[in-house]
Amino acid sequence: MQTFDLASEGLRKLNQTLHAQNANTNQTEWNIVNPKGSHAIAVGLDAPISVTVNGSTGYYCAGMNQQADVHIKGSAGPGVAENMISGSVIVDGDASQYAGATGHGGLLVIKGNASSRCGISMKGIDIVVGGNVGHMSAFMAQSGNLVVCGDAGDALGDSLYEARLFVRGKVKSLGADCIEKEMRPEHLKILADLLERAGIDSKPEEFRRYGSARQLYNFHVDNAAAY
Amino acid sequence: MCGIVGLFLKDKTLEPHLGEMLAEMLVTMTDRGPDSAGIAIYGKNSKGRTKITLQSDNPDQDFGTLPEELDQIFGGSFSLKRKDTHAVLEVASDVVKTARQTLQTIRPGVRVMSVGDTIEIYKEVGLPKDVAARFELDKMQGTHGIGHTRMATESAVTTMGAHPFSTGSDQCLVHNGSLSNHNSLRRRLRQDGMTFETENDTEVAAAYLSWKMQHGSTLDQALESGLDDLDGFYTFVVGTKDGFGVVRDPIACKPAVMAETDRYVAFGTEYRALVNLPDIENARVWEPEPAHVYFWSH
Repeated sequence: MQTFDLASEGLRKLNQTLHAQNANTNQTEWNIVNPKGSHAIAVGLDAPISVTVNGSTGYYCAGMNQQADVHIKGSAGPGVAENMISGSVIVDGDASQYAGATGHGGLLVIKGNASSRCGISMKGIDIVVGGNVGHMSAFMAQSGNLVVCGDAGDALGDSLYEARLFVRGKVKSLGADCIEKEMRPEHLKILADLLERAGIDSKPEEFRRYGSARQLYNFHVDNAAAY
Repeated sequence: MCGIVGLFLKDKTLEPHLGEMLAEMLVTMTDRGPDSAGIAIYGKNSKGRTKITLQSDNPDQDFGTLPEELDQIFGGSFSLKRKDTHAVLEVASDVVKTARQTLQTIRPGVRVMSVGDTIEIYKEVGLPKDVAARFELDKMQGTHGIGHTRMATESAVTTMGAHPFSTGSDQCLVHNGSLSNHNSLRRRLRQDGMTFETENDTEVAAAYLSWKMQHGSTLDQALESGLDDLDGFYTFVVGTKDGFGVVRDPIACKPAVMAETDRYVAFGTEYRALVNLPDIENARVWEPEPAHVYFWSH
């Protein structure tokens, strides 16, 4: 286990040190202390390493992650795990706005609540939120899965493409072109797997599924006057 | 950008340290607003006395003999405590209105930053750490305070364009964001008799709240109406004699974090601003909901 004190060594050195790790590194376990809400902690990682951040983080923690497993033992500021490609990011507390935005792959788990625009423009990432998500979550989401164990705010899945949305609690309102869809056995299977991987004890049967009505994202001649 | 910090003390033993805690929070938000900084601090209330915080570009000349001159006109009872370009003039509450009129005549260059029983507003252009040092913010005491670091987007970097803005007796407003309908709203408010010192968007929001309250709204009603009438991005923090309030626009792009313990309630644009507060590890930390008016008061 390597321990890195962010307060004394600084952000640039931290990220350079983590970037220096490759597939053959022996230094696979990293423990970051004194994050104190700093921005851009552990961004751009691309190695099979485990990074634990002991405290809360500021903007863009674990952005652009590939391969690494990042565990934030606190809450995360805006843009956590933005544009993740692979690996995993776990947030023990809450996440601020646009968590997991534009993510292509990997797993983001937020054990508390996520605020507005969670999973905006997601492109294949899986996001599991233990609590609630704020308004405009999964806005223009293209693929991947967003699982919300609590409630969803206004305009869930507005202008949605092919991402799957699962919500256990109430949905304040659905966004344009987002509709409730039938939960079929294959969806329950996906959901069960995601909940298990996220370590969240919820029953897949308690969730509802939402997705795109597919009326909005193609040009539709009947709507020509509205364009 | 811009940064906001706010601290509301529940534990009286922290009151002597209010300025010190707020100064540290303010300086942490320098990256978000290096142009100018300001604070509103709510301190002691002397019975029957009102504080008028003044600002002057020529403080030596303007403040030197001001209390004596006012004493001559009004027959005593004025005191003045100078801090850099600002000064707090204490007057008997029943002569506030006439004293302000007199001030306009005998000191046309002096600007009134705030009026109230407990509020004092200090703001200047420069790095937050320099502004805090000029006003000796770390030595200030009080029950609650609000600070702002400005990165100007809508209007010039000037003392009067810095925040907080006074919205009425013992009230102030700070803003992170930008309003898009401030010009039309300013025109409407001018027609209704409101006056403006700058082209700043936040000054319009402050005048809007004052105007609403002059027409019978309470502060929280005025903030609720603002959700409909103010177009743009904002996180507002308002200071009142008893506490402070927070409201974010419905889109809520502008960040905001709150923390509460048995000893205080704190606001920060970023969590970084809160990290050195006592026992923050065990505080309840959350993000205020959009389009929802929050208040804390003693």
